[in-house]
Amino acid sequence: MSLETDGAAIDLHEAIAFIWREAEMLDRCAYAPWLALWSAAGRYVIPIDRGTTDYAGTLNVAYDDQAMREARVKRLKSGFSMSSAPPARTVRTVSRFVETAAEAGAIELDAAMLLVEYKYETTRLLAADLNYRIVRANGGLALDRKVIRLINSDDALHGIGYLL
Amino acid sequence: MGTLPSDAASVPDYGSLVREDRVHTSLYRDPALFEAEMERIFTKTWVWVAHASELPGKNSFKTAHVGRQPVIVTRDRAGQVHVLLNRCRHRAASVCEQKKGKASVFVCPYHGWSYDVDGRLRAVPHAAGYAQDFDKADYPLVALRTEEYNGLIFATFNPDVEPLADYLGPAKKWIDLFMKQGAGFGVKAAGEHRFRFRGNWKIQLENTTDAYHFPIVHKSFLTSLDDETEELFDVLGQGGWIEDLGNGHSVMVMIPDLVDLEENLDAPIPERFQALADELAAEGHSDEQVRRIVRAVGGTGFNLNLFPNVACSMAFFRVLRPVSVTETEISHIALAMDGGPEAGNRMRLRLHEHFQGPMGFGSPDDAEGWERVQRGAAAGEDLWILVNRGTDPLTGHGAGDNVGDVSAETGMRAAYAMWKRMMTA
Ligand code: FES
Ligand SMILES: [Fe+2]
Repeated sequence: MSLETDGAAIDLHEAIAFIWREAEMLDRCAYAPWLALWSAAGRYVIPIDRGTTDYAGTLNVAYDDQAMREARVKRLKSGFSMSSAPPARTVRTVSRFVETAAEAGAIELDAAMLLVEYKYETTRLLAADLNYRIVRANGGLALDRKVIRLINSDDALHGIGYLL
Repeated sequence: MGTLPSDAASVPDYGSLVREDRVHTSLYRDPALFEAEMERIFTKTWVWVAHASELPGKNSFKTAHVGRQPVIVTRDRAGQVHVLLNRCRHRAASVCEQKKGKASVFVCPYHGWSYDVDGRLRAVPHAAGYAQDFDKADYPLVALRTEEYNGLIFATFNPDVEPLADYLGPAKKWIDLFMKQGAGFGVKAAGEHRFRFRGNWKIQLENTTDAYHFPIVHKSFLTSLDDETEELFDVLGQGGWIEDLGNGHSVMVMIPDLVDLEENLDAPIPERFQALADELAAEGHSDEQVRRIVRAVGGTGFNLNLFPNVACSMAFFRVLRPVSVTETEISHIALAMDGGPEAGNRMRLRLHEHFQGPMGFGSPDDAEGWERVQRGAAAGEDLWILVNRGTDPLTGHGAGDNVGDVSAETGMRAAYAMWKRMMTA
């Protein structure tokens, strides 16, 4: 995925701070500001096959371009989706950051996420490997790719009425 | 727990729990009744295990379940399909823990007994330690009776059950119509979403023939569509119908225009598929071919519910697996054109992702609704579940004298009549 970026290198700590802000927004279901974190060409992907990078050619849990992200957020906030009205409560941590690539105005990193959700007297743990591409754009940082590889993506999951 | 009308010494009177227009709450709640269902239904009739395309070529396999029992579905060197209990005949270890793959032999990891893909015991290590009369022929993997109709593979523990084709009966015509979405290429399984919900398996069985919930539960899906497509999914407003096909099977037609995908090929291309049509034309497909692919790409306009565990549901297979009285696993298997143009198959995957799966715009709301049924059924153990909607057939409907309005609970009544027949046999 190539794109035009604003040039200056992105420091790992700057990227981590950005990711933590994103995680905190998602736990608050602050989806409108979350949408604004994205580059226009960014992809939000939750594959089923943990080994694939051919997301377009395989079945995913989510494979969102900007239009699909917007539709997803509209649905989650509509009040007409019983799985997200109310959604499960979530608390997540993102850690184990490893920088995997960097170029002018862009950084790629892998991370681990542990997320606990709670609804209807049931607490569940979800774990995922994350892969990010973050770019410098419009004077700030923007998500250009986020791939969420759930540890059990190819096994039976439960309905997820919020964003990972 | 709901109390069954029985005394300790006799078999419970399951028949009294299903009436023409209602079923008793214990059908969702009673663990003993669930055990009886596993015995009287899931070991006695045809249970869907695979689509032929999931076994591409010799020595291919997938794992599945018949009721709660794990099986391996294999295709042998001659192309024949076998359904084998996934249990070593020595001391019971599972011999295969992969979801699918290729294998010419299954070697038990515990003491190394090895089995051919047709189940025969090929070799045991250190065979000299067994008595003289030990005969490998006595210990194959246990094979189930296996039959196939138009790519749908079913298995049964019951040697006396009628042939699959007879069991399916009038449903065969609908299976054939469903497979037309291969657009001349044939239908191929293309990945699946698997999820569980905390509820009884029959809640899912009912749902496949429940058009009544669609505009309510799936409002957030409907509003995510363009106007033309939203109109298409006005499933209660297009003169659709539902028909009892016997043996617990039923068909619910929501979009009558999409019953036969080989008809109306000259209808205008829907706006949402125009880009696909252009791409296919640019790749050199003839106008006729483009129209055929585009008309089939969104699937059919009906759900065919096959008792007890599979549905051919518009554009995908819906498979249920009872886990316990209050837990069920569902697979939504996406379909593609086998060898068809990639652009069309990518479109099919995106449409599937839009509605299905743990984060689809439809499935999580279905799952939540079904859990709410199970939670609600904790109250009122003597109450009944109503399936009395639309008991009168439609008069003068083009599809015949035997059909009800699309939102009628005819398919549920058909399934419960079969349930009663099997549970009291
Ligand atoms: S249990 Fe399979 S070889 Fe012993
Ligand atoms: Fe539904």
